[in-house]
Amino acid sequence: MLSRTADHLFWMARYMERAENTARMLDVGYRMSLMPQTATEVEQNWVGLLRIMSLEEQYRATCGEVDGDKVIRFMIFDPENPSSIRNCLRAARENAHAVRDTLTAELWETTNATWIKVRGLTPEILDDRGVGEFFEWVKYRSHLSRGVTIGTMLQDDSWRFIRLGTFLERADNTARILDVKYQVLVSEDGGEAADYYRWSALLHSVSAFEVYRKVYRDLISPVRVADLLILNQDMPRSLARCMREVYANLQVVANDRSGETMRRAGELEASLRFGRIDHLLDQGLHSFLDRFMDRIYDLGNRISDDFLIPLRAS
Amino acid sequence: MAITEFFDEMQGDGGLVRPHYADVSRWLDGMSSERMARKRAEANALFHRFGITFAVYGEDSGTERLIPFDIIPRIITAEEWRILEAGLRQRVMALNAFIRDIYHERSILKDGRIPEQDVLGNAQYRKEMVGVQVVHDVYAHIAGVDIVRAGEGEFYVLEDNLRVPSGVSYMLEDRRMMMRLFPELFASNRVAPVDHYPNLLLETMRSVAPAGQDNPTVVVMTPGAYNSAYFEHAFLAQQMGVELVEGQDLFVRDETVYMRTTQGPKRVDVIYRRIDDDFLDPLVFRKDSMLGVPGLLQAYRAGKVTLANAVGGGLADDKSIYPYVPEMVRFYLGEEPILNNVPTYRCSDPKQLSHVLANLPELVVKEVHGAGGYGMLVGPTASKEEIEKFRARVKENPDKYIAQPTLSLSACPTFVESGVAPRHIDLRPFVLSGKEVCMVPGGLTRVALREGSLVVNSSQGGGTKDTWVLEA
Repeated sequence: MLSRTADHLFWMARYMERAENTARMLDVGYRMSLMPQTATEVEQNWVGLLRIMSLEEQYRATCGEVDGDKVIRFMIFDPENPSSIRNCLRAARENAHAVRDTLTAELWETTNATWIKVRGLTPEILDDRGVGEFFEWVKYRSHLSRGVTIGTMLQDDSWRFIRLGTFLERADNTARILDVKYQVLVSEDGGEAADYYRWSALLHSVSAFEVYRKVYRDLISPVRVADLLILNQDMPRSLARCMREVYANLQVVANDRSGETMRRAGELEASLRFGRIDHLLDQGLHSFLDRFMDRIYDLGNRISDDFLIPLRAS
Repeated sequence: MAITEFFDEMQGDGGLVRPHYADVSRWLDGMSSERMARKRAEANALFHRFGITFAVYGEDSGTERLIPFDIIPRIITAEEWRILEAGLRQRVMALNAFIRDIYHERSILKDGRIPEQDVLGNAQYRKEMVGVQVVHDVYAHIAGVDIVRAGEGEFYVLEDNLRVPSGVSYMLEDRRMMMRLFPELFASNRVAPVDHYPNLLLETMRSVAPAGQDNPTVVVMTPGAYNSAYFEHAFLAQQMGVELVEGQDLFVRDETVYMRTTQGPKRVDVIYRRIDDDFLDPLVFRKDSMLGVPGLLQAYRAGKVTLANAVGGGLADDKSIYPYVPEMVRFYLGEEPILNNVPTYRCSDPKQLSHVLANLPELVVKEVHGAGGYGMLVGPTASKEEIEKFRARVKENPDKYIAQPTLSLSACPTFVESGVAPRHIDLRPFVLSGKEVCMVPGGLTRVALREGSLVVNSSQGGGTKDTWVLEA
């Protein structure tokens, strides 16, 4: 397939996934802000969210003081914020539009309809309807486009580049959520009840609350949360699962230049498949996640160079 | 411009419904305007959802406009189509022969049938094409010929579009929409199908691949997603099952064109390009073109790739060349033209000029290289002052103008605000030339939605209709 086509499909999927993850994080942030707590705690909660997205600096430059409503608007509407939900959905649609000949009619219509809807959304309408409903809607639109992709697209290379985009983006997002929340949560000395709500909010943000209950049938503990979101192969948003998908799809689309990229993806995948949570925690979760995100970033660049925007003619 | 006398496609003398419209007329009578409005709204919603739109990119992306779709079909009888098809085939064959001749022997010029200056001095003439062999001698692989009807059996060709004619996707989508909205009509009328057009197009493209390429790779080349006809480019690529490429996806090495794929370079044999000559190759044409492929023309001239339509074919669809098309039919085919040209006066000829100047109030005067209705005088509706101003301009620069009598376009019943009323229409059939000449029955019917208007262009509020050719 055309490299440019693969590039658009890869980014279409990444932006859709990013929109979903932003909505997830905002939703949790919003819910946590409704819990009884001090103003500083509330603020810390939002600052943490901005840090997850590496947007704290940009936010402060445009909006000043950290305030829940302002953060939510910034993350939904801000035209300068590349990760705002509006910008992500627009970018997803633009990428889809550029390759609409390779998409099924349903997938194109879904992506286009999502953008048309969000294009008409204003802060006033949002206030009226409630942000919770909106976050839910974004999540479901993302579920829908993923479902339409799986249910209608031919499972050829187009499909695989879409999947690569989805899982690479998701791996990055899960790592970010875990990194910031984990640091805030373990360092804080709240009561047991408060802890419970915070940990469960983290699980909710990656749709893992029920999963956790089912897997562990036990109280929520930080180590198990980390285990579930990093190493559990069956958990669709865990790092291990995301990397398994990335590696599997890379193997199929491989070309004569992608050997090193394959090796690195395989190495990372294996380290998660055979990893143990106590070993990870021994080396420090933060430094592990930091390195993981660097390696994801590196993989993204390498995929671009090998497949998507080959600079050389051959 | 108000035209009071015109041919009505549905009703003959005394309001009698023509036999081929009998069923549709009954159907129309039985339909309330509420239902009609509902169906039209349904069609609009579907067109929007499918993104069958004209891109109007401004401040915000995704601003796209629909071309209005009228739910009342335009019907052509089998007999009329037989004549139209023969006429179109003949005309396009003559045009291809003409372009070939100009870039090779120039016998029509040597024979004095067309003044050399009109051809070789034409802006669309490409000296780079002199002596270049193209596969099967075809230049205009896809021709969109604009036809109007003035009376019973009286068809005129207004324009031969030989560069990158568009609109065929609307022809196909209009049919799909009609079948979806009113399946019952297709049960009671024998409408010739058109949906095999993409197949014919692909076959045509494959038939003109460079010699030796047994399983040729065909691509559609677009200027990009921001082009107003992008929907059509994507649509045709998808329907043919070929790649939709932009200039940046292609490169040339050893006079061979390749596309950049995730599996490395892949050779391209036939390019259905929807981009003008000027932008094809920055090494030869416009240096500032970001849309083209450096070296493409060299590969083309070496016969390693086929471009459809061919470079330099625009020569034959220029207004200054148009008056000679009937002569081309006689010269190259030894036949009498089946389709009429609108009588055209070339102001460059002193005798014709004096006729034009004497009859300005009855004529339409056009700039030879103008387009989109600019630099045009419509005599019957112009004021005395405008006519005099134009007279001075024509006298000063007669070579730049042609003149034609004002044609009264036929009208077809159309669903407008006031109900069902006649509106003027034209017809653009698409003629494909490869190893063979072929076409699907019908074409795109455009309709001027404003009462009395003769302007069918979508940019000026024109709409489209499904076009039926009835099977005998």
